[in-house]
Amino acid sequence: MERLSKYKNIAAVIGCILLLIAPFIITNSYYLHIMVLIGVYIILSLSLNLITGYTGQLCLGHAAFYGIGAYVGALLMLNLNVNFFIALIASAVVSGLFGLVLGIPTLRLRGDYLAIVTLGFGEIVRLVFVNWADVTRGPMGLPGIPTPSIFGFQISGRTAFYYLIFILVALTLVFMNRLTNSGFGMAMQTVKADEIAAESIGIYPVKYKLIAFVISSAMAGMAGCFYASYVSYISPTTFVYNTSVTILAMVVLGGLGSLAGSVIGAVVLTLIPEVLRFISDYRMLIFGALMVIMMIFKPEGFWGVSKRVKNIYKIKAGGGRRERDSKSK
Amino acid sequence: MAILEIKDLQVKYGVIPALKGLSFHVDEGEVVALIGANGAGKTTTLHAISSIVPKAGGTITFDGKDITAEKAHKIVGLGISQVQEGRGVFAELTVLENLKIGAYLRKDKDGIEKDLKDVYELFPRLEERKEQPAGTLSGGEQQMLAIGRALMAQPKMLLLDEPSMGLAPVVVEDIFRTIKKLNRERHMTILLVEQNAQMALYAAHRAYVMETGEIVMSGTSKELKSNDDIRKSYLGL
Repeated sequence: MERLSKYKNIAAVIGCILLLIAPFIITNSYYLHIMVLIGVYIILSLSLNLITGYTGQLCLGHAAFYGIGAYVGALLMLNLNVNFFIALIASAVVSGLFGLVLGIPTLRLRGDYLAIVTLGFGEIVRLVFVNWADVTRGPMGLPGIPTPSIFGFQISGRTAFYYLIFILVALTLVFMNRLTNSGFGMAMQTVKADEIAAESIGIYPVKYKLIAFVISSAMAGMAGCFYASYVSYISPTTFVYNTSVTILAMVVLGGLGSLAGSVIGAVVLTLIPEVLRFISDYRMLIFGALMVIMMIFKPEGFWGVSKRVKNIYKIKAGGGRRERDSKSK
Repeated sequence: MAILEIKDLQVKYGVIPALKGLSFHVDEGEVVALIGANGAGKTTTLHAISSIVPKAGGTITFDGKDITAEKAHKIVGLGISQVQEGRGVFAELTVLENLKIGAYLRKDKDGIEKDLKDVYELFPRLEERKEQPAGTLSGGEQQMLAIGRALMAQPKMLLLDEPSMGLAPVVVEDIFRTIKKLNRERHMTILLVEQNAQMALYAAHRAYVMETGEIVMSGTSKELKSNDDIRKSYLGL
């Protein structure tokens, strides 16, 4: 086991180095653009996984929080010349607040009410973006969003943005890893498994659902702010229901309740439409067929929860579970 | 002295009364069984005690404190641990994680470790399988885990909902022997809901017989076992 984790560490280090030098190898700016987009989607799918995968509450309006973050960030940077990093935090706070306001009434209920409410919320937010023309310029969108600057040094160009999103993704991953492997993460999973059983051991489900939802929406808001600054132009068409479903598909295909799964899901589902671009007319068809096949043959996703080997109490890891895994192979 | 005192408890599902003014008590250190057929209101009674269903009337006093209006997640902190019907273990968490999360409200690390050892002593099988996800355990083992998890909260009283459900007879006997042992050696107060009247009367000191939301008979296990009606309706003798 120790040797296994050593290999794992080595693989992780090599992977990190490869990702760090990638901009020097991949000079094609289109490829780099895809990689930055993948980074944004990784943050989005990780954040959605927290509420849907770990806490078991279906959310169908993740794009709304993504959009709120993007618009808040863009408006702050455009109108008030706020520094990108402050705008990033502000986006997270505002999106998180919307999550809180939405979550307080809905998460008190047991069942799929969050799905219905977030579905409606996503549509309302989109309509606000379209119709509040005084602020959002409606369907014309907001152009000319400034790029970030650190200590007077302007971040611009794909490479710089690549490193910025690399850092953001890394921070998100570390944070999510700590969170989901803590007692807090375990409490969330008990809420997902059985709310009544959770209550019977003293866990207040509403508290965990609400915290997970707020963190989730705040992280989506952050991703939105980064996106706004990166593409420098945002319009309501980016933050539609379709985007919410794509993010949800990343989480589900990757594996509910698995961090690695969310990352894989984001990578695969961002790449497939791009790879299939050459058969443009049929790509959504193939995309759909792939999803159906996946759900039939591997419903737990690419990296389902059965791969969760790590035990938070660090008793000699593996044991029965590893045996079971090797048997099933 | 009665540790749990229930007076005129009423529960309604919509307009349909599920419990029509139930009164009974459980003394400290006692095993009490609620027996009766399907739909008699046994599980509803337990759910009312642990505030999972809203009450339409009556009072519940536990350990001298009125807990009628207490919220569901506060009940365990007061000293009542519930083992649900159908066990309710967390399938994706390991056995050890399940047990540890049972001590969710406790801060005393040493006490938790000690209780963990006690649970393992009570159910050695759980220690053998501590790193396995709970979903891979057999039904009997899951029941043991559910009881073990309830004990990890250091309760003054245990509510057991149909511990025999869906288990092989030999496993049922094992579980009930443990329930008896728990009471005898650790003086655990237990309120037991059971359709299997024979096993319930074997483990309990006293029992209440429920029918359609009311208690129709009560007495010590010995009395009930020799009662002709009970023998005919519930014991099949």
